Amino acid sequence: MQPFALLLDTLTTTPSRNGKLALLTEYFRTTPDPDRGFALAALTDGLFPRLPLRRSLATLLETRVDPVLYALSRDYVGDTAETVALMWPETSLRDPAPRLSETVAAIATADPPQIAATLGHLLDRLDVRGRWALLKLVGGAPRVGVSARLAKTALAEMSGHDVSDIEEIWHALTPPYTDLFQWLDGKGARPDAGSTPVFRPLMLAHAIEEQDWTNFSPEEFAAEWKWDGIRVQIAAHGPHVRIFSRTGDDISRTFPDVVSAFEGLDALLDGELLVARRGVVAPFNDLQQRLNRKVVTGRMLKEHPAHVRLYDLLIDGKTDLRELPFRERRTSLETWHARHAPPLTDVSPLVPFASRAELDRLWSDARQEGIEGLMLKRWTSPYLSGRPRGHWFKWKRAALTLDCVLMYAQRGSGKRSSYYSDYTFGVWREIEEPTAEGAPRGDIYPGHELVPVGKAYSGMTDAELMEIDRFVRTHTVEQFGPVRAVEPRLVLEVAFDAIFPSARHKSGLAMRFPRIHRIRWDKPPHEADTLDAARRLMGGTAAGNPTSNPAKSLSE
Amino acid sequence: MPAAAVDRWLYPTDRGLYCEPAGVYIDPARAVDRAIITHGHSDHARPGHGAVLATPETIEVMKIRLGAEGAGRFEAAAVGRTTIINGVAIRLVPAGHILGSAQVVLECNGQRAVVSGDYKRSSDPTCAPFETIACDVFVTEATFALPVFRHEPATREVARLLASLRRNPDRAHLVGAYGLGKCQRVIRLARDAGYDAPIYLHGAHLAMTELYQRLGIDLGDIRPVPDVKPADLAGALVLCPPSAVDDRWSRRFPDPVTAFASGWMRIKGRVRQSGVELPLVISDHADWPELIETVLETGAEDVWVTHGREDALVYELTRRGLKARALALVGFEDEGE
Repeated sequence: MQPFALLLDTLTTTPSRNGKLALLTEYFRTTPDPDRGFALAALTDGLFPRLPLRRSLATLLETRVDPVLYALSRDYVGDTAETVALMWPETSLRDPAPRLSETVAAIATADPPQIAATLGHLLDRLDVRGRWALLKLVGGAPRVGVSARLAKTALAEMSGHDVSDIEEIWHALTPPYTDLFQWLDGKGARPDAGSTPVFRPLMLAHAIEEQDWTNFSPEEFAAEWKWDGIRVQIAAHGPHVRIFSRTGDDISRTFPDVVSAFEGLDALLDGELLVARRGVVAPFNDLQQRLNRKVVTGRMLKEHPAHVRLYDLLIDGKTDLRELPFRERRTSLETWHARHAPPLTDVSPLVPFASRAELDRLWSDARQEGIEGLMLKRWTSPYLSGRPRGHWFKWKRAALTLDCVLMYAQRGSGKRSSYYSDYTFGVWREIEEPTAEGAPRGDIYPGHELVPVGKAYSGMTDAELMEIDRFVRTHTVEQFGPVRAVEPRLVLEVAFDAIFPSARHKSGLAMRFPRIHRIRWDKPPHEADTLDAARRLMGGTAAGNPTSNPAKSLSE
Repeated sequence: MPAAAVDRWLYPTDRGLYCEPAGVYIDPARAVDRAIITHGHSDHARPGHGAVLATPETIEVMKIRLGAEGAGRFEAAAVGRTTIINGVAIRLVPAGHILGSAQVVLECNGQRAVVSGDYKRSSDPTCAPFETIACDVFVTEATFALPVFRHEPATREVARLLASLRRNPDRAHLVGAYGLGKCQRVIRLARDAGYDAPIYLHGAHLAMTELYQRLGIDLGDIRPVPDVKPADLAGALVLCPPSAVDDRWSRRFPDPVTAFASGWMRIKGRVRQSGVELPLVISDHADWPELIETVLETGAEDVWVTHGREDALVYELTRRGLKARALALVGFEDEGE
């Protein structure tokens, strides 16, 4: 338990990805089985999905800790698990600390009414760091800034295997993953995925660049719309259906409607998961509502119905199609779909075109809701995991932009901790009723006030970061901890993929993928965009009609 | 002896704790004619008093911080020596908080009150250890008065710092530490643990550290951080004010390990807020068990709690059958710890 606790604790204060990777690799290399396997489970899929933790803790605390002191401490610390770990009475004669595997076994085998007592006994044997780790472990997600993908990457680094080789068998394995580690250590064969639905790493596209067009011939490529949802892989084996995200996370529980649509089939498919109502794709934000839920209510299923738009057929029954060229897989996909026609699905249509000029026109007219741009796929390409060069290209539609005014800046973290690198910006709104405090910042743009519309922390160069940092430090009007409010004088041209209604900001709007496109030192702040202009960009309809508003579109 | 009667000659006012027959305030929040100062931290030692009674070390600290004109008159009182003012016997005894820190022992009408100032019980090679004085009324601080605060041994935390220096020989270690007391304690503990390379200081920490050395605390080879880009500071140990760790000053160090030495580092929320990579739980204040143990050792029937988390301490002492109350004195801060 102690090495695991030290790992978790150190991870919480290690900001960089490489630093985290080094810690994980070292831990997996030096920790024996089965402890490291349980640690891997804790960092990826979680160890104990449904423990009555809250009730167990309450029972435990009653016997060991004064309720008033607990309440005062909990208020101060702000986290239940940490408060309990910190104030748990230290016994002078402590039994030796349990190993992680012993801890897991004790909790897993305890009857529900015994869980509190079991936890109490384990806490008695641990020091403060161990107690904290134990309570994080039983609480579900340890939240130490490690994704399942990063943990798997550490396994790849440790063993020299490719991370996709690990991901492919991952879902056929169970904690403590002894067979996996045997293979990674070179002491055993690669575990066999057998008949369990497993994830096969996806084929990804490159953003198309100028030089890719030089040898482009229309007859070599198929075009499809790039749908604005999330890429998924559906693995169906009779009654067993799994839905995997692009990174191999199992999201089946969040989409029971899709799972039942594929039950009884036997195939491995690639597609885009969307929310669609009567065939009309809803904005990405609607899908986001569903992605955030662990438990799906009936109402959610009804109001945010899922839909899968299929791109590719990888395996049909016992036949692996991945070596075949896209043209043949595409025909197979259409035949397969015509035969089985699972509900909540359709096949992403091909977009016919004869020339580069026609393609250009299609791309610039691609303003419909739910379309992010075009995909170009070479007719002869096999299905290759990873991001192979020269096969698939994504051609995202031009980003939208707004000229916004910098309102707040916050210090970054890690290497950027001495820079103001996170920016909240706003657009102008007419003041309807002047308040008693007078028109805020009315001297810049009389009769108008700024309302926040988004937050961005990327897109600028290092030199621009320094310039903005200097501006922030010399134009601060108020400081709240790491955040500074600045004079509304700096115009930032912000690029983003879409803008949609949201309660996140006071403007009632939020942006998808906002980034700083340019600093407009030249632009007077009152000439920045208005809330009305921002609203007109909703649904991605802006650039098609450039005369109607001052916002421009730009190609990437 | 009825402890209740003590508050006839010692009581809180809006300027601070006041001993009426002696006409003297202890660590007053505003300028007064006559003050006793327990130690040199700025929320205890304020400028502008007419006369200041303090230990010789505290007076030296005040002269550096406030200048020689920081008070009308400085009166050095050696630890343990009794001064009598208007029938009140006044004596300073070590508090173990920082160099020169003292408790104030006041005797009047056959009653004894002890005002602790800030104190700690764990060992500190840069100052004299806390002495327990039996008393009727004990006036205690409460900076870390919650049961979640049990400080790690400082030697263990410094060992972690040195281990990190060995593990990252190419990265400077920037340790944010309060400039009076904490900084010098960390240096001395590093020396005791065998670290004999030069230690670099932010300009703000230089004068106080030199004073410590002049007063006989050996801190080894101390150097100011050079102004130029110090490429040879890779792997060096550097101490600076906590606010400098993520300020522009720190940009001269390429990819440093950032650390913060403070009792608050026991709480993960505070660690996150500070944004440092290496939190070191090193405190110059008593933790929860030390506070309770100290109160019980003094045998006081009546405990007055000054600044910090008074609620929890008053509750716990009352639960144990003592008389305890919060004084609600103004002007004390705990952020510098």
